[in-house]
Amino acid sequence: MSEAAAQHGPPQSFIWKYVFSLDHKIIGLQYYALALVAVFIGMFLSWLMRFHLVWPNAAIPGLQLLSKNGAPDGLITPEYYLSLLTMHGTLMVFFVLTNAPFAAFGNYFLPIQIGAEDMAFPRFNMMSFWTTFVAFVVLLAAFVVPDGPPISGWTAYAPLSAIGKDAGPGLGMGQNLWGISIAIFCIASLLGSLNFIATTLDLRAKGMTLMRMPISTWAWFITSCIALLAFAVLLPACLLLILDRVAGTSFFIPAGLVVSDRLQPHSGGSPLLWQHLFWFFGHPEVYIAILPAMGIVSHILINSMRKPLLSHKVVIGSMMAIGFLSYMVWGHHMFLSGMNPFSALVFSFPTLMITIPATILALIWLGSLYGSRLQITAASLFALGFISMFVSGGVSGFFLAQPAIDIYLHATYFVVGHFHLVMGVAAIFGIFAGTYFWMPKMTGRMMNETLGKIHFWLTFVGTYCIFMPFHYLGLAGNVRRYSSFVDDFMAPLMPVHKFITIAALCTGAAQLIFLYNLVHSRFWGPVAPENPWNATSLEWTIPSPPPWNNFGGIHPVVYHDPYQYSVEGAKEDFIMQNSPEQVETPIPS
Amino acid sequence: MATTVPQPPAINAQPPSRPFPGMHGGGGSAGLIPGAGELRAVAERSPEPARTGIWVALAAIAMSFAALTSALIVRQGSGNDWQHILIPRILYLNSAILVLSSLTLEFARKTIASYIRGEGVSRSQAMQWLGATLALGCAFVAGQYLAWLQLRSEGLYLATNPNSSFFYVLTAVHAVHVLGGLGGLLRVIYLLRTPVPILRKSTMDSTSYYWHFMGMLWMYLLFVVWLKL
Ligand code: HEM
Ligand SMILES: [Cu+2]
Repeated sequence: MSEAAAQHGPPQSFIWKYVFSLDHKIIGLQYYALALVAVFIGMFLSWLMRFHLVWPNAAIPGLQLLSKNGAPDGLITPEYYLSLLTMHGTLMVFFVLTNAPFAAFGNYFLPIQIGAEDMAFPRFNMMSFWTTFVAFVVLLAAFVVPDGPPISGWTAYAPLSAIGKDAGPGLGMGQNLWGISIAIFCIASLLGSLNFIATTLDLRAKGMTLMRMPISTWAWFITSCIALLAFAVLLPACLLLILDRVAGTSFFIPAGLVVSDRLQPHSGGSPLLWQHLFWFFGHPEVYIAILPAMGIVSHILINSMRKPLLSHKVVIGSMMAIGFLSYMVWGHHMFLSGMNPFSALVFSFPTLMITIPATILALIWLGSLYGSRLQITAASLFALGFISMFVSGGVSGFFLAQPAIDIYLHATYFVVGHFHLVMGVAAIFGIFAGTYFWMPKMTGRMMNETLGKIHFWLTFVGTYCIFMPFHYLGLAGNVRRYSSFVDDFMAPLMPVHKFITIAALCTGAAQLIFLYNLVHSRFWGPVAPENPWNATSLEWTIPSPPPWNNFGGIHPVVYHDPYQYSVEGAKEDFIMQNSPEQVETPIPS
Repeated sequence: MATTVPQPPAINAQPPSRPFPGMHGGGGSAGLIPGAGELRAVAERSPEPARTGIWVALAAIAMSFAALTSALIVRQGSGNDWQHILIPRILYLNSAILVLSSLTLEFARKTIASYIRGEGVSRSQAMQWLGATLALGCAFVAGQYLAWLQLRSEGLYLATNPNSSFFYVLTAVHAVHVLGGLGGLLRVIYLLRTPVPILRKSTMDSTSYYWHFMGMLWMYLLFVVWLKL
């Protein structure tokens, strides 16, 4: 028995099996469940916002129960709109886009794909989930404190976020809870990344060389390297923010600031400092959200195409390049922040550089698809959808990366369209693809393919209907983070907003199909075989769902590259990584 | 349902044909032949996770302090309220204590290794140096506390000026990490005190890397404090 699994035997009681489990698979599922709860809350909040934007005078019955002051008689106040916006962004970025593709799937499949029995540090692993859970609860607590959630957005720009309740509703207790929650989240993510890195480096099975790891494992590994450094910066930043708020320091609050007719008792702080620290984390964070999805999607597409990607090495190299460059571009979020225009130029350059590996990846996916006999499944459809979203959303990045153009586009719906497509929806498509693909392994039950395909088409069309028009709105000068657009110059855009809202409500409703499919299949779906997709990697060599120690106490030995599909002369059209099969035909390299 | 876990076949015991077997293996057709020199017995050769893990953790900690340092530099330039504070003298004594604790820890490592190898060193001897390290570590934290008291007595609180803010933040965050190191030392002691010592070399090593890193980090912080605050 290896060192990792030796730290825990098979769990005995319910509590140790499902609640404080040390088993990476259970922990992965816990992360998944947490993300699922968070995504539905976040989506509900977005519905409230979209509804309010187009029917600002229509009351939403019952909303006063959520907040007496924020929504008197069910009418959302402008401030409460910002609260909803903040919570939506925070929930989605941290608790959904970071948790599901990285922590949930990574926890479940990284150890299995490298042939390990568990994570390197199972106790840390359990702690990181429960710390994340505490962070989640602390964040949600902002809904029930008297002033409600903060109004400073998911980026929590200082001084707004640093001053305290003078600055507006939610900026007292609510903002404190936000800061504490994110700080706790950082600790959890640091523990998680540490575990992922040590596991990948140390616990690979015999024969599992680095280059034999599936692309998904590579993606989780690179992501954990990014996350390790990114959250290590956000954590002290949150600490300083909290100190500004509760201890009267002036890290981020400038001198002579008068807010709500009160001279703020602070001096000399730098609001720009917060932006630098935040975006030094924030830009890598967007890649933390997208890289795992890239890995998952590559893994699935290869399986559906029955052939490897054009180049395994270039894919991995591009992901590494993205990870590396993601640390040099944070200033592109600050072109208009008042920093030196020269630095804008300096940041623009690596920002354009980072599009090169991203484009290479897209070209490799498309080039590999070209001429392949793609099997259409719900998983492969969502994988294709991912590519579509990633490319559509990425193209707008080229424009935003030019400081001169960004002067016009910054803080408009153009940016909102950009990042929802490229980060939000793309990563969510990665999650869906992973869910349809791996659900048989995780639960032992197949999901319904027909429902999955219907779900795909509704979501695919729906998200384009929602987020493409955002770009036009932005070009038309529609600023973001306003709670209503009744001003003259924006009033003509209302029909577009109406369209978007209706599309958002419909697309959201379509997710109930997914939820139904998930729950129904979990309990009543057809029993999944060991390897339903005729796939090659190690997770498909073990029962569905796997036993507590993954490989039943046997150490797998790996003989093959991860994606031996359609190998000439092989018995079948795929060779599993641990198969002892020898293929005699020499293959030209 | 039938659980068919495939039996791994015996490995062809050929010597690796490439100089760095760990770095190759992907892509080429050579990977198709079982045991053709592509195997890297990770389980036998890779370091234990504790040792990898500690380096990873130290990287993250270094990153956090790098962030705090750059925050300090930006903050110095942003306002005209930057004043210099007189560094409490006791910091120099504390530094000496911390350096000394690194030395005692190294002695502890040596004696523990001899004890575990059964080279005539008794358990209590092995424990002595560890105890000394622990005591010095506690003395360091207490000394830091005295430094804070001294600043307070001069009227310098956390929020008095940016210099005092950074002083408290840097030293307190460092002290928290040192407390973590003390926890690690206690754990080592606990693992040594079981009837049959179950201390692993990797645990001892990673604990001491962490401890030495805290010493170096403190020297760096002292330099920053001396230079900037
Ligand atoms: C193709 C390469 C990309 C380029 C050149 C690019 C460029 C930019 C620029 C310049 C901005 C700032 C716009 C502004 O605020 O005025 C921005 C915003 C943003 N981008 Fe990208 N981007 C790229 C890809 C991505 C990817 C892959 C993701 C996520 C996975 C992403 C997520 C975001 C987010 C979340 C924001 C806005 C955050 C906010 O202000 O709330 N971008 N992008
Ligand atoms: Cu960015």
